Formats: sequence, C-alpha cells, structure tokens
Amino acid sequence: MTETLNAPAPASKEPGPGPAGADAKPAKGRSLWTDAWHDLRRKPLFIISAVLILLLLVMVAFPSWFTSASPTAADLTNHYQGKPEYSHFFGEDWFGYDTQGRSVWARMVYGARASVLVGVLVTLFVTILGGIVGLIAGYFGGWLDSVLSRITDIFQGIPFLLGAMVVLTTFTERSLWVVIAALLFLGWTQIARVARGAVITVKQSDYVHAAQSLGASTARIMFRHIVPNALAPVVVVATTALGGYIAAEATLSYLGIGLAEPTVSWGVDVDQGKDALRTAPHMIISPAVMVSLTVLAFIMLGDAVRNALDPKSR
Amino acid sequence: MGRYVARRLLQMIPVFIGATLLIFCMMYALPGDPVAALFGEKAPDPAQVAAIKHQLGLDLPLWQQYWNYLTGLFQGDFGTQIATQRPVADVISQAFPVTIRLTLFAFVFTVVAGILLGLISGLRADKAFDRVVLFFTLLLISVPSFVLGYFFQYLFAFQLGWTTPTVQNSEDLGQLLLPAIVLAGLSLAYVTRLTRTSVAENLRADYIRTAIAKGLPRRRVVGIHLLRNSLIPVVTFLGTDVGALMAGAVVTEGIFNVHGVGNTIFEALNRREGSTVVGIATLIVIVYLVASLLVDLLYAVLDPRIRYD
Repeated sequence: MTETLNAPAPASKEPGPGPAGADAKPAKGRSLWTDAWHDLRRKPLFIISAVLILLLLVMVAFPSWFTSASPTAADLTNHYQGKPEYSHFFGEDWFGYDTQGRSVWARMVYGARASVLVGVLVTLFVTILGGIVGLIAGYFGGWLDSVLSRITDIFQGIPFLLGAMVVLTTFTERSLWVVIAALLFLGWTQIARVARGAVITVKQSDYVHAAQSLGASTARIMFRHIVPNALAPVVVVATTALGGYIAAEATLSYLGIGLAEPTVSWGVDVDQGKDALRTAPHMIISPAVMVSLTVLAFIMLGDAVRNALDPKSR
Repeated sequence: MGRYVARRLLQMIPVFIGATLLIFCMMYALPGDPVAALFGEKAPDPAQVAAIKHQLGLDLPLWQQYWNYLTGLFQGDFGTQIATQRPVADVISQAFPVTIRLTLFAFVFTVVAGILLGLISGLRADKAFDRVVLFFTLLLISVPSFVLGYFFQYLFAFQLGWTTPTVQNSEDLGQLLLPAIVLAGLSLAYVTRLTRTSVAENLRADYIRTAIAKGLPRRRVVGIHLLRNSLIPVVTFLGTDVGALMAGAVVTEGIFNVHGVGNTIFEALNRREGSTVVGIATLIVIVYLVASLLVDLLYAVLDPRIRYD
C-alpha cells in the first residue's frame, strides 16, 4: 500500500500554473490543499462521513443532549425484562437495558467519548512521532537513517494486535492514556515509513537545492520547505489509520485488556453482551453498530481525503 | 539470487533479535510473580520461592535470561510453563497446527476471493458491480472482526442453524469455514481494493493496448499481461498480512472456541505466563520475516525487470 501512497509526494507541482509549493500562502494560485478542499466539498462520500463525524463529536462533547439517563446508573429491576422500545425515541429504554439494568442507549452515547478520544489522540501522537522520525531519517540519511530504519523494522516485525496485548498486560491500571500509549508505541512505524519516503522525494527537488545553496539553515529548509510539501501522503495515511485505531481500541477492550469499567466503552459492552447473544441480542447489537458506524465514518473520510489529495485518482 | 537470499537472511537477524528482545523485556516487566502465584492463597515461603527461581534461572539478570532463552531456542527448547511444568514447545506444537490450518484457510480465501473480486470490479470500474463491491469492502473494513464474528454466529448458527456456534473439531474444514471467513474479512477487503485499483490503473497502460492491438485473445491479455503486472502491490500486502492474520486469530478463536495459538496466548497473558507468550510471539515474528522474504523473491517472478544480484 505504501507504494501507491508514496506516489502523491511530487503532487506539490500539481497545482498547475502559478508559484508551486504550498509554503507560499495560497493567495491566488490554488495550492494542493485548497484544490483538495474544493474537490472534497462536492463528494457525497465526504459529506456523509463529515455529518456522521460531526454528530459523533457533538455526542462526545455534550452527551446529555442525547440522553438524560446515566450510563452507569444500574437498576436491577430492569434486568432482562428491559427489551428495547424502539418507538421511545431518545428515551432511557430506547434500546433496552443490559444485564445490570443500565440504559443501553445512554451507554451508546457515552461510549463515543472513549472511542473518539483514543482514535483522534493516537492518530495525532502517531503522526507527530512518526513524522519526526521519518523527517530525521529521510533528511539526514546515512547512518542515522540506517539506525532509525532498522528500529522501524523491528517494531514492524511485531504484529500490531499481539504487541498491543503484550504491552497492555504489563499495566494493572488501564486508563485511557495507557491504551493510547500502547497504540502509539506500536503504531508510529507506519507513519515513519511513509514520511521518510515523502521526505526523500521532496529533498531532491529544485527548490530545496536552491534553498540549500542560498545558505538557509537546516531548520528553515526542514520546516519551511520539506514539511509542507511532504505532508500530503502523511495526512492520507493518518486519516485512513484513524478508523483502524478506533477498531483496535474496541477490540482490545472487548478482549478485556483495553479499557475497563467504569470507563464506558463499546468494546466492553460487546464483551458483556456476548453471553446473552441468544436471549437478548439487543445488548450486543447496539454497541456493535456504534463501533462499526464510527469506524465507517472515519474510513470514508480517509478514502475521500486520499482521493482528493492523490492527483492520480482524478 | 543465492547471495541476495543470504544477505536478506543476515538482515533478518537484528530484526528478529530486536523484536523478540522487546517482547521478552515487556513480558518480564509484568507486575505479579508467576512463582509466588504457584502457592495460591498461602503466603509463600521466601526461601522456597528463591529456590524455585534459582532452579528456573529467574534470579539471573534480564540480559542473561534472554541469552539463555535464545540459546535454548536454537536447540528447540522454548522453556517451561511455570504453572503446569509442561515444556512450552509441547504446548505450541499442540496449538500451532490448529492455527496454521485456520490461518491458511483464511489466507487462501483472501487470495482467491480477493483477487477475483478485485479483478472483476477493476475491469468494470465505475459500473454497478464495481460500486457494489466497493460498498461491501467498505463495510468489511469498518466492521471490527469481533462484531463480524458474533454477527455470523448469531445469523448462521442461532437463526439459520447451518453450523454449530463453536468449533467442535478443528480437523473438520467445514466447521472452520465460518471462523476462517471472519478472520479473512479485513484482508479480503484490502486485497479486493488493492487489486481493483491496480487493475483499473494498468488497464490504461500502453502495453495492454499493444497486446489487444496484436490480436491476443482477451483471456491472455487479462490473465498474463494485466494480472501479472497488477499483482505486485497485492503481494506486498499479503506478505505483511500473514503475521497479522495469526495475531488476529486471538479474536476469532475466542469467539468460535478454537483451541489454537490465539486462545493459548490469551490464557497465558491472563496468567502472566511469560515463557508461553514469548515463545508464540517468537514464532509469529519468524513467520512474518519469512513471509516478507518470500514476497521480495516473488517480485522477481512477477516482474522480470527486478533482479537480485
């Protein structure tokens, strides 16, 4: 996949006439980014995913707008007889109750927080860490590149899920931050590889040679010339990976080694609902649908962003 | 060719050592003492704990433990499970064939169905069939495997009654079909999409036009000229995917109660049993490294311009 994703690197020349390069503020000639934005606004794929993500973000910020019930208030009298009442929109029993008599709908709403936070923060940290490693390895080359690439290889040799399981069992207290750290620990290599490839491509372009011969400092060349032009493929991989991190959090929580009670997490709810699969399938369906919808929204966003930023697909 | 393979094998050594060392260190940084756990509820006698630890070599510094482990590995010794006193090699040899069967099944399904679907939708890019395939692959990527697993179990076992909800006999390929499809789901979607993009792109290439203009039969143009050139990104993905499939078996084996590596590793993690986890992880890392070497060699088969001297 990296092969095709590395391709959009020379895209900085793409914006057509006018001064190339995104580091000149897009005043007149449309830069890659404004171009992509114009393209995105017309894509139904992007609009659907943007609406879904917006809704999720509102859910994360103001869960009480969606439900007045508390996700942790358990009333055992509702246990099991609490089948879903699909006509009670936004009511406490809209999607029924779980084994402990808690409102499933409230848990669906409050569970968004953990999922979205983990997804967004892991993506952010992975992009920063992987980006820095890739930038250093790609720009300086030589022995530094060899060492960093070998370290990347080592981390890449460990399957993601297996590695995350091993990391997480070393912690007894598994908060949100521990899960984020574990996913970061194993996830940065993907970005590092893409960033390294993009930086190497950009480093050979004329404007970088020009800046070097004009005597610009290393920091200036890196951050004013290379980073803005090598950003596109990194952004593409990062947005696509976001959905994957959300799925990973849910999977780990489901396995009982990610987030745990009292944190409200869809993965934990699926784990608790699986034993009632035959008798009360609503307990497992609701959180499962929420996870899938959330991942779907971010995967669609990633697809749309890739199509917009990759000039080959136009 | 021979020299290239030798060089690649040498390059694998640091990656292998690094990856296993990493997992080894993490496992032994675990809180909780497996030896003290042997005593159950009783307060362990410190002298006895020390004696057992000495016997197992757990009182040595970490680097020496790792060295002992590594040298044992080359003699086929994966260490001993502390709780059961069983050699880990024994546990692995019981669980590994089951997972290999499941993974291989899933892999074959991924390759055959993924390339076929990708080829058909790539040839009919932007037609109805292509749209449907794209939509379903999008769904398949979005639905986590544990959700897909329970959905299939509910649908095919509880509602339709076509299969048993769990795998009773892992020798029976018919029973492994459902877990294998669930395990393959994500990879299948990726392979389909990669093949589709690659085929649709290469369809516009000059050599395809030439081949058609030469009057070659369509089957040959698609099967030899198009497919062979389109498979390189797919093969790259498949190579890295083998290790992920084996690790993903943790989830699938749990749902369908398959007694393979995934179940074993999960139980071992809960019991804080380092030797089992490290042993299995080592094997998966080896599988991953060998698969990526095979991929590199396959490149040359697919594209004769790539040579290894």
